[in-house]
Amino acid sequence: MKILIVGGGMGGTILANNLARRLHEELHTGKARITMLSASERHMYQPGLLYVALGHMMPDELYRDQRRLLEPEIEFHVDPAEEFSLDQHQVRTKSGKTYPYDVLVIATGSRIFLEGTPGLSEAAECFYTEQSAVHMFKRLQEFQGGRVVISVGVPHKCPMAPLEITFMLHDYFKDRGILEKTQIHYTYPIGRTHSLENVAKWATPEFERLGITYETLFNVKEVDARGKVIRSEEGTETPYDLLISIPAHKGMEVIEKNGLGKGGWIPTDRYHLNMEGRDNVFVLGDTTNLPISKAGSTAHFEADTLAGNLAAMVKIGSPVRDYDGKVFCFIEAGKDRATYAMFDYQHPPSPKPPTKSMHWFKTAYNRLYWASARGLL
Amino acid sequence: MVNEKIKVIDATGSFCPGPLMELIAQLKEAEIGEVLELLSSDKGSAQDVPVWINKVGHEMLGSEESGGVWHIRVRKLK
Repeated sequence: MKILIVGGGMGGTILANNLARRLHEELHTGKARITMLSASERHMYQPGLLYVALGHMMPDELYRDQRRLLEPEIEFHVDPAEEFSLDQHQVRTKSGKTYPYDVLVIATGSRIFLEGTPGLSEAAECFYTEQSAVHMFKRLQEFQGGRVVISVGVPHKCPMAPLEITFMLHDYFKDRGILEKTQIHYTYPIGRTHSLENVAKWATPEFERLGITYETLFNVKEVDARGKVIRSEEGTETPYDLLISIPAHKGMEVIEKNGLGKGGWIPTDRYHLNMEGRDNVFVLGDTTNLPISKAGSTAHFEADTLAGNLAAMVKIGSPVRDYDGKVFCFIEAGKDRATYAMFDYQHPPSPKPPTKSMHWFKTAYNRLYWASARGLL
Repeated sequence: MVNEKIKVIDATGSFCPGPLMELIAQLKEAEIGEVLELLSSDKGSAQDVPVWINKVGHEMLGSEESGGVWHIRVRKLK
């Protein structure tokens, strides 16, 4: 069975390595073959960008060589996909090569879409790329106090990021001795401070305790960079001195160009993870249109499920289990405290009070991630 | 009666980002005049969604509960 994985991010990499370990024998006998196509020779640990923005990690700590992360049996090409011919079971790449497959997995991820909001790219700091995270750190260093507004676009990657950056900024300003000259104002698109009700029940009194103001039902419409005002779709506006954006995201252009899904999100079966209407095409991570968190953890648990199923398809001819919607997200609640939210399609999370030990667990996971990427954890 | 094509958003079992956030995201991709039907197993959505729809200025077409799933229909107006 020829398995072609398009995308070398968290989902694609965990899947490829997990699958290679399960199919060790079959890969050596030629019964199975795994090929990965990626746009980059480097693999980035994207959750680390939050720490780069606050000076807690350096950019070079976030990268590993993709080839060296992969099991040696996996065929790897830095050659992004350009044309998906699903009826012919083949993918054509930028270099002009054609890759046939029996099973295709699409895990191309998502991208920030600053240009969808007028004024946002010139006015706001964000931390979703290496360049922007470093820029944000330098801007924070220069900041001497004023009104800091957090804005949140929809949809966005990492649903905990709005809360995490808010709590971490609070402690950052406190450590620099400028908290008394700083007002942090948090905005959020729906009618509470977080989409997860139990997380909002914890975060709202935390905001009140820390003196962080908040405004809900605030969807960013436009930013007046000259007047330093951000306006909402709901008709309200708020001034800022420093604007921190969790920007809206889109799927990758190649997905839209090939007509695989509007906005770059591919219609996906929530349990089997196959592309709707296609039995031999599967979708992982941010690329799906599933109504669950766009987060590395989601891609990780989906990849675990899919690896088990694809291995079973090779070995016994059918998949063995459904994806249950499992997600686990750490939530940094400041510079040295954290909690977490774990949930699935049936069970909402019930976050516990933040602890230092959970923060250190998260800090450790920032290193342990490389074991996850290798399909070991 | 015009036979409208309705885009269904199945947000049942969605705790995060949740039904309203899903609707907001899908409305961005929809055409003006298009009707979207949000399916939600969260009873809070039956209250939250109309509040937001009215505040932003889209058209609330109806909300019905069937077998523990709320069917909320909205027309994009801008």
